Amino acid sequence: MISKIVDSVAAAVEGMGDGATVMIGGFGTAGMPAALVDGLIAGGARDLVVVNNNAGNGETGLAALLKARRVRKIICSFPRQADSYVFDALYRAGEIELELVPQGNLACRIEAAGAGLGAIFTPTGYGTLLAEGKETRIIDGRPYVLEMPIHADFALIKCHRADRWGNLTYRKTARNFGPIMARAARTTIAQADRIVELGELDPESIVTPGIFVKRVVHVAGAESLAQAA
Amino acid sequence: MTENIKRLSRDALAERVARDIPEGAYVNLGIGAPTRVANYLPADREIFLQSENGLLGMGPAPASGDEDPELINAGKEPVTLLEGGAFFHHGDSFAMMRGGHLDICVLGAFQVSTTGDLANWHTGAPDAIPAVGGAMDLAIGAKQVFVMMDLLTKTGESKLVRRCTYPLTGIGCVDRIYSDLAVIDLGPGGPEVVEMVEGLDLETLRAMTGVDLQLKEVRR
Repeated sequence: MISKIVDSVAAAVEGMGDGATVMIGGFGTAGMPAALVDGLIAGGARDLVVVNNNAGNGETGLAALLKARRVRKIICSFPRQADSYVFDALYRAGEIELELVPQGNLACRIEAAGAGLGAIFTPTGYGTLLAEGKETRIIDGRPYVLEMPIHADFALIKCHRADRWGNLTYRKTARNFGPIMARAARTTIAQADRIVELGELDPESIVTPGIFVKRVVHVAGAESLAQAA
Repeated sequence: MTENIKRLSRDALAERVARDIPEGAYVNLGIGAPTRVANYLPADREIFLQSENGLLGMGPAPASGDEDPELINAGKEPVTLLEGGAFFHHGDSFAMMRGGHLDICVLGAFQVSTTGDLANWHTGAPDAIPAVGGAMDLAIGAKQVFVMMDLLTKTGESKLVRRCTYPLTGIGCVDRIYSDLAVIDLGPGGPEVVEMVEGLDLETLRAMTGVDLQLKEVRR
């Protein structure tokens, strides 16, 4: 019987080694798989390249990973936030490399990787600093910039419900990068608010089919925390 | 002469922008001042607000105590979802922008050039931490790009310029500027003043901006 469900965060992040490229879902803290990131910290992997929309909030989740000095480079669209002080200090000290990418280009580069495309021509960023040195082309009179796909060794994402085949649904705006990152990584690991029996998820409503998911671990999420309160 | 000029407050400007958003429009409001436009959308119009982090049909902030950390807007503030609203992932969200499906986006700006170039993401200062978010996608993607800003900096320099000195967000993308002093269209005919606030005249506005503004159609 196939089961992608593992019984601990440590088992979920097993094999994440030094130098890996890791996509981490979330927009701010919504959709941030904080337990998996904690597992990655505990696992000790260093010299990581991280792909996320932001560069961490406060001192938990991604910010904790940065604070533990495990990240060599971050690929993101919006690192500077009111509470991104961990990243800010590392960046100012020259201790982390930043590849700044317009948010839509971040999304479509991730999508390109997941869809097996070699690259994409995108209109976003044309004529700006963020397109400097990149190949451009006029297509039907409109200028485009050639952008490369972003592949990852691992994707850490947060979902709402999951079954043992790795089918996933998401909750509200916590969906954000989860579905596209799940497709772009060799090994996608999901932390799920809830594990349900096979067949309980409406096939019409499954957002990420299990083919894109390798491991699932149950971690009580916002919904259950809200209910407990 | 300038003491008689009745500048619009931030809220009056938001109300002014809101008046021009028609029924049925799909709209993205940028972080900061543009977010205030939502407070003034006429109640008798159905307007679809999109948020880049994956929702369409965004409603107002929830009552205190009803916040959900998984229901937020692009500014990471708690919001609500209207009946008929939808959630989607980032690929879909930016397809809505880049694919030309959004009717209007409203953005803030450091500078706008007379040919519609926009600079709103980076001051270029050596110690600044650059952050771009969805600004470049919105700037080139929405069918109409409105900029909402003070026309002059705090030190009195015009933010409408012949050529932007700050790093660009997009080229030739701004259609209209809503400012505290005037509404200005940026079309193939150059910058045209659609309306000015009370107490302001075209000569004064030209002197303030150093730009050869023409009158389009003055409705005071």
